[in-house]
Amino acid sequence: MAQVSGIADEQTSTPLSSSNTILLRISRFNPEHDDSSQFMEFTVPYERWTTVLEAILDVKKHFDHSVAVRYSCRQATCGSCGMMINGKPRLACFTKISELNSNVVTVEPMNNFPIIRDLAVKFERLFDTHQKIKPYLIRDDSELVSDEREFLQSPEEVEQYIQFANCIKCGLCNSACPTMATDSSFVGPQALAQAYRYVADSRDKGKDSRLKIIDDSHGIWRCHFAGSCSQVCPKGVDPAMGIQLLRGYLLGFRS
Amino acid sequence: MTQDEHKEGIKGMVNPGRYGIERVAYWLMRLSGLGLLAYFIGHIYETSNILRGQVGWTEFLELTQTTEGHAILAIVIAMCVFHTVNGIRVMLGHGGIGVGKPARPDYPYDPASQNYRHKIGIYSAIVLAAVAMMYGLAVMFGE
Ligand code: HEM
Ligand code: SF4
Ligand code: FES
Repeated sequence: MAQVSGIADEQTSTPLSSSNTILLRISRFNPEHDDSSQFMEFTVPYERWTTVLEAILDVKKHFDHSVAVRYSCRQATCGSCGMMINGKPRLACFTKISELNSNVVTVEPMNNFPIIRDLAVKFERLFDTHQKIKPYLIRDDSELVSDEREFLQSPEEVEQYIQFANCIKCGLCNSACPTMATDSSFVGPQALAQAYRYVADSRDKGKDSRLKIIDDSHGIWRCHFAGSCSQVCPKGVDPAMGIQLLRGYLLGFRS
Repeated sequence: MTQDEHKEGIKGMVNPGRYGIERVAYWLMRLSGLGLLAYFIGHIYETSNILRGQVGWTEFLELTQTTEGHAILAIVIAMCVFHTVNGIRVMLGHGGIGVGKPARPDYPYDPASQNYRHKIGIYSAIVLAAVAMMYGLAVMFGE
């Protein structure tokens, strides 16, 4: 019982349990009254398993509650906590401090997204482009009206798209993309990968209408296959693969 | 920083340091494409000197016989070889060739499109460009 009360005593458990500390640098920016962002520095304890998100929450709890950060699931599922961590877009809840191999951890808002405040960015455009490619099965009939059976798929047919269905809309790929860095109108790797996700689904009949949407001057042709999207994706979606397979249809390499 | 889109900008676009050799290849492809375009324009201008007759032509051609001229030509050779070899790789990739097959992803989620075939393509483009450049330098300075 003594053990349980020890754990429950939160004030002393966190700082005393760890001998390792890092310097956490958090970018602070409030567009309503700041002209530029500034870093605030905090020394935070960490264990081998401490994530960057936990370190930020530690700061909010013990030092400065006003740090703005968005998170929910803490397990790489909701896609809320994307941010620049030591210069690269990553999920804060899926990045352990120990794997960064650095005594200094710098967190900034994701690039290529407007800043709401501090580490939280706006996702409106990401959701808009996602919507634009029609992220749903397109076909004339429906599971509900035709003889009340689900559309059947073989395991092989599922393999064709399941990787792309893993996307959690975290936006890391759009943040790493070199085209997104300069082109505000580019549809982006997240949406393009989702276009492939539905085109590759054997139940879907909307290939032609989706290809028409992405065959645009700010559509798929702005992808130069730099692959940075795939390198930062935390779910193994590999948007670069989906985009090239998609482009294969438009270039006549595939049918 | 402004309230706008917070785009990374050209500085982020050209930074080749963070995302592996594929991003380096992307950057070299742009650089060599623009370099070749500049050379191409210069080349048209240079060859148009033949309109000034043989004297004008020889006079202008002497520019390429200097040390600087040799160095620039060597860089053009390298850009040309890299751009062509990597261009073939990029065109195949754009057609969906050699980018891997979709599969159920497993941790640590190594992306199949960033595979050894494309990496070999990039490294061979760089090595071939370097070899061609050195051969060019040997011929030009060996005269
Ligand atoms: C056999 C020769 C060539 C091949 C196979 C080739 C291939 C390519 C490919 C595939 C791209 C697109 C790269 C991407 O999507 O990122 C490209 C871009 C480009 N190429 Fe070439 N090319 C060749 C020769 C040339 C020449 C001779 C010039 C100049 C006169 C040139 C200038 C450019 C330029 C300016 C770009 C745009 C670069 C960019 O926006 O990233 N290319 N080339
Ligand atoms: S493709 Fe990957 S990086 Fe891009 S939004 Fe989906 S899960 Fe995030
Ligand atoms: S908190 Fe949900 S993905 Fe990180």
